[in-house]
Amino acid sequence: MSAARPKAGRVFADGLLRNNPVFVQVLGICSTLAVTNVFENTLVMCIGLVFTTGLSNFSLSLLRSMIPGRIRMIVETLVIASWVIVFDIIIKATLPEISKALGAYVGLIITNCIVMGRAEAFALANKPLISMADGIANGLGYSWVLLAVAFVRELLGSGSILGARVLGEWWTNWNIMVMAPGGFFVLAILIWIVRGRMERNKEGAR
Amino acid sequence: MIKYASDDLVVSAAPHVRTRLRVPLVMWVVSATLLPAIAWAGYVFGPWVLVVTAAAVLAAVVTELAITLLLRRPQTVSDGSAFLTGLLVACNMPATGWGVLPLYVPVVASIFAIAVAKHAFGGLGQNWINPALAGRIFVFFAWLPAMTGGWAGSPAFDVVSSATPLNLLKFQSGMMQDGLQAGSQAVLGMRLAPSHGDLFLGLTPGCIGEISAAALLLGGLILILLRIVNWEIPLTYIASTALFSWIFGGLAMTGQAPSFFTGDPLYHVLSGGLMLGAFYMATDWVTTPVSFGGRIVFALGCGILTVLIRLTGSNVEGVSFAIVLMNITVPLIERMFVPRRFGTSEGRAA
Repeated sequence: MSAARPKAGRVFADGLLRNNPVFVQVLGICSTLAVTNVFENTLVMCIGLVFTTGLSNFSLSLLRSMIPGRIRMIVETLVIASWVIVFDIIIKATLPEISKALGAYVGLIITNCIVMGRAEAFALANKPLISMADGIANGLGYSWVLLAVAFVRELLGSGSILGARVLGEWWTNWNIMVMAPGGFFVLAILIWIVRGRMERNKEGAR
Repeated sequence: MIKYASDDLVVSAAPHVRTRLRVPLVMWVVSATLLPAIAWAGYVFGPWVLVVTAAAVLAAVVTELAITLLLRRPQTVSDGSAFLTGLLVACNMPATGWGVLPLYVPVVASIFAIAVAKHAFGGLGQNWINPALAGRIFVFFAWLPAMTGGWAGSPAFDVVSSATPLNLLKFQSGMMQDGLQAGSQAVLGMRLAPSHGDLFLGLTPGCIGEISAAALLLGGLILILLRIVNWEIPLTYIASTALFSWIFGGLAMTGQAPSFFTGDPLYHVLSGGLMLGAFYMATDWVTTPVSFGGRIVFALGCGILTVLIRLTGSNVEGVSFAIVLMNITVPLIERMFVPRRFGTSEGRAA
């Protein structure tokens, strides 16, 4: 990969669609299911993930020639954990309400497969700036899927968006959308639609 | 005629077994045998039952049409499978008075059944769980109050207008544990459990297709005689439910010391969705084992789970969950019953 010198445009196209971490790689599903019942929490979660993948990719890429191969996973985890703690402290200070609502899930960004995956697959083989771009692109790729899921779930499950009621009194909430199975259904249906289109485009190009 | 993938398979070696059984024929016959139960529910509980049924069927057929067009799949509306799914979804909706059950409930259930449980996995013959039950469970969790409240009394008969028979069973035991007297049940507007005869004829509150054991038994027997449905699954399912509710039913009952072998098996067999589930849901060709032994294990599992959920679960009825859970285990069950290959000494198939 390092020989090919990936371009920033391609990195972003990969992260956002062609190699989207949720749709194509099916990573980070745990948090997709856990935090997407309310749009606002999802937004903060997504900012946290973009922040962490971007900066951890950047710093790991800086350190890549100094990390011994055998202990690289431990080093990656340490670096990622440091950035997550920084983010945790920031939202505890600025958004205490949301921090409480997200609870352990902020800390669990450390275990999000996307962060470690990008560090392993990209940051250790590429220069710092392009690695940071890759981290941000994958974070954004994760974010738009999560926000789409959260949008559907909050709309159907609570009749509101960002806490503001948008559907009238006639609307009866779909309780299943607030529960974890709702996340499974919405995500799976989204994957079905998007991948179906991607496959069809591929066939059309041939 | 509709074209199926199997039509392209060329079978070469004789002898060939020919059958007149075709998918569309089967689907329409099964649908026809369900009609008496639905008509009976319409008579007993009023015309809203028929409106709900029409909405469920229409939603299922329209969804089937839309999905096959969108995905450019072969057109399968006329084979009746979507019609039957819609009918079964309607059977799983509570029978209520005029306008009580909102129509979006059966409509969403049908859309979920066809779009997600059936077509997301490849369409007819590819579904991994029973589509109608998937639809029911989805709306059950989405709108629990709509699905469990508003049980209708009957304008035609003197039907208890309160809880379903299984609700009564559960409430009775719960209230006794709270130290309430049997007399206070009347104060709370509840009556004692209905008689076996009422259960058999369907003069009790319940879901549209499950209330009359008699009508379902008739339809089920016709299907078995036509060999559309096998006999081992319904028999094993109902027998095991009776057996286990007889053994363990007494543990949760009231007014007596908990003891084994004191349950009321007939009450359990005739109430709830057991007849519907055993004849129409658990016998779905696609989601049940192909081997005889596998079917027995499958039906036994359904019976055990049904009784467990009814007696100890937080939900009053367990048939739909039991069947769907056993649907998921079917690939594992099939592995236990791999047929022995002819001409090999070891019983293990490669």
